[in-house]
Amino acid sequence: MTNQNSFQLSCPMPKFDFDVITLGHGSGGLLTHRLLQSGVFDILKNDMLDQQHDGASFLLEGKTAFSTDSYVISPIFFPGGNIGELAVYGTVNDLAMCGAEAKYLSLAFIIEEGMTMESFWIVLNGIKKAIDKAGVKIVTGDTKVVERGKGDQIFINTSGIGIIHPKAHIHHDRIEVGDQIILSGNIAQHGIAIMSKREGLAFETDIVSDSNNLNHTILALINELGGDIKFLRDPTRGGLASVLNELAEIRKLGFLIDQNSIPIDDQVDGACEMLGLDPLYVANEGLFVAIVKKEAANKALAFLQKDENGLNARIIGEVTDTHAGKVMMKSRIGGHRVVGYLTGEQLPRIC
Amino acid sequence: MKFLSEYRDPELVQEYIKELHRITTKNWTLMEICGGQTHSLVKNGILDMLPEKITMVHGPGCPVCVTSVSVIDEAVWLAEQPNHILCSFGDMLRVPGSKKSLLEAKAEGADVRILYSPLEAVELAKQNPSKEVIFFAVGFETTAPANALSVVHAAQQNISNYSILASHVLVPPAMEAILSDEANVIDAFLAAGHVCTIMGLDEYYPVAEKYKIPIVVTGFEPVDLLQGILMAVQQLEKGTYTVENQYSRAVLREGNKMAKDTIEKVFSISDRVWRGIGSIPQSGFEVNERYKSFNARLKFHIDIPFAEENKECISGDIMKGLKKPKQCPNFGTKCKPEHPLGAPMVSSEGACAAYFHYSSDTIAQ
Repeated sequence: MTNQNSFQLSCPMPKFDFDVITLGHGSGGLLTHRLLQSGVFDILKNDMLDQQHDGASFLLEGKTAFSTDSYVISPIFFPGGNIGELAVYGTVNDLAMCGAEAKYLSLAFIIEEGMTMESFWIVLNGIKKAIDKAGVKIVTGDTKVVERGKGDQIFINTSGIGIIHPKAHIHHDRIEVGDQIILSGNIAQHGIAIMSKREGLAFETDIVSDSNNLNHTILALINELGGDIKFLRDPTRGGLASVLNELAEIRKLGFLIDQNSIPIDDQVDGACEMLGLDPLYVANEGLFVAIVKKEAANKALAFLQKDENGLNARIIGEVTDTHAGKVMMKSRIGGHRVVGYLTGEQLPRIC
Repeated sequence: MKFLSEYRDPELVQEYIKELHRITTKNWTLMEICGGQTHSLVKNGILDMLPEKITMVHGPGCPVCVTSVSVIDEAVWLAEQPNHILCSFGDMLRVPGSKKSLLEAKAEGADVRILYSPLEAVELAKQNPSKEVIFFAVGFETTAPANALSVVHAAQQNISNYSILASHVLVPPAMEAILSDEANVIDAFLAAGHVCTIMGLDEYYPVAEKYKIPIVVTGFEPVDLLQGILMAVQQLEKGTYTVENQYSRAVLREGNKMAKDTIEKVFSISDRVWRGIGSIPQSGFEVNERYKSFNARLKFHIDIPFAEENKECISGDIMKGLKKPKQCPNFGTKCKPEHPLGAPMVSSEGACAAYFHYSSDTIAQ
């Protein structure tokens, strides 16, 4: 299976008395019990999950944020990660964009009958690696199995709850003319890494996904700059262009970005050229956009560039009072164009 | 990126713009043939930088845009037959047929796959011997060699469950159709660099001579386009009309012989209906007699009624350069990328879509 061999298992696979997941593993009966007991509970172990109750109970102090997302990515193993890590980082990052530190996650699997235990084990290890890195706990979960052909190996849903940093004041209402747009790193890494492995598209490259947790970076940034960080968003599906368009539309302000300052890896840029894709619309996983008060932008940038998730951060543009509701881009050669919404899926071009 | 960044140099761009402003004394209308060129002009904001006297109109060189409704219907029909896998380049999927697009057929259960190369479709046929694999072979002369090669490969390996639905179109006959239109407004052409990489320059000399029109074979990057425009305007200002090659880093006068031989081996020249323009004699490639068992049209006896174009779409006038997208009453209102009336709004290279997405003064509120 693609890239799965390159994944270093942090826990050796236990011996199962089955090689593939069957419908019985989702029945709630003996097989479900065995599947959970022989691996899942061990690897995700914590005091709340260990109670094996219907739900988790806990006390939270402070303003909280709550978020959910489902992960249906294909292929489930890709350069730089797998669906398990993505499912954790995705929800952790969504909470971070609210200015919140993720505390507890729920984890639900919908597995397609026939998925190999080995694959499932690698996904679980991905989840383990991600929760350790992000510092969150899985406190409740669910496993269902659907008939072969009714899924795509595995779908995962995670929901998360987190505590909002006391200094955070993240709201699009706060965005004003003059605010600076900071992008935390190279765009389009994730989407192109996935595409490089899809059936029929395989091309040789060492592009890896940027899939990563952003909570530590974001919380440190908020701690340092407080309310000067006015808005945060991770440009996942739909890419940078969609995030900026949504903001321009909601706030009825103009967003002007400069193509020359948008960081992109050479290989990713080349792959986009070759495939006829616009990197502004390609998905990212470990990237965020911050709208920052003008006077604080350089300080925020310098702070970010010291963080592993912000080494390539750049100020890519600003909020303007012209072309309200639209995103404009100054092209490489100095021309201007509108950057609109993506219509449907970005489809590869003929020539 | 090597071989790209040099052609996106902002200083060089400014020099060309300055020179164009300096030499242009009269009003000139230039047509860029290829949709990729249109896209680049609009996406880079070049149109706003040109002297006011120079008008660029956007030609018919978007294969997605000129593929007729009936051909889309044929592809949908083929995709919907049991045990068929229809393979296509990505941007054909959204183009509306008379009833539905391939994307809609896919959502309803048809097995439609997006591929980058027809050779992958041959592999797919090998892996699925109990299914019929059909490749939707659209495109100008550029994509024809690879499509032809897929047929040659399948024949060599005796793969009998592979065929192609050919809808190839050719540039020179379309240029002639535009030039012989009474309402023609075009003073010079930027010919499509990629097409000429395959076909070479020779077939353009008679066109330049017959219609007394400058033709500059041009690339796709900002500096390419501006250099091409400058070469064309220099000819116009001097009153000369010949074929010039701006894209000489990729185009040889004789083209690519091996590619041309492969085309000749598999295809013969046929009449073709162009969406929005109508039938143009001798303007397409069809699978020839020798390889007829790979011609999906003959193999499957596609029996569907001929479909009319949507009357509200003025794509014909747009592709002939008689109207600009924003002059269409439906632009941005009834016709948008999410519900296109005609193909130029569908493809990312279509003139209407390029204006809709990138052009600030034309975008609908």
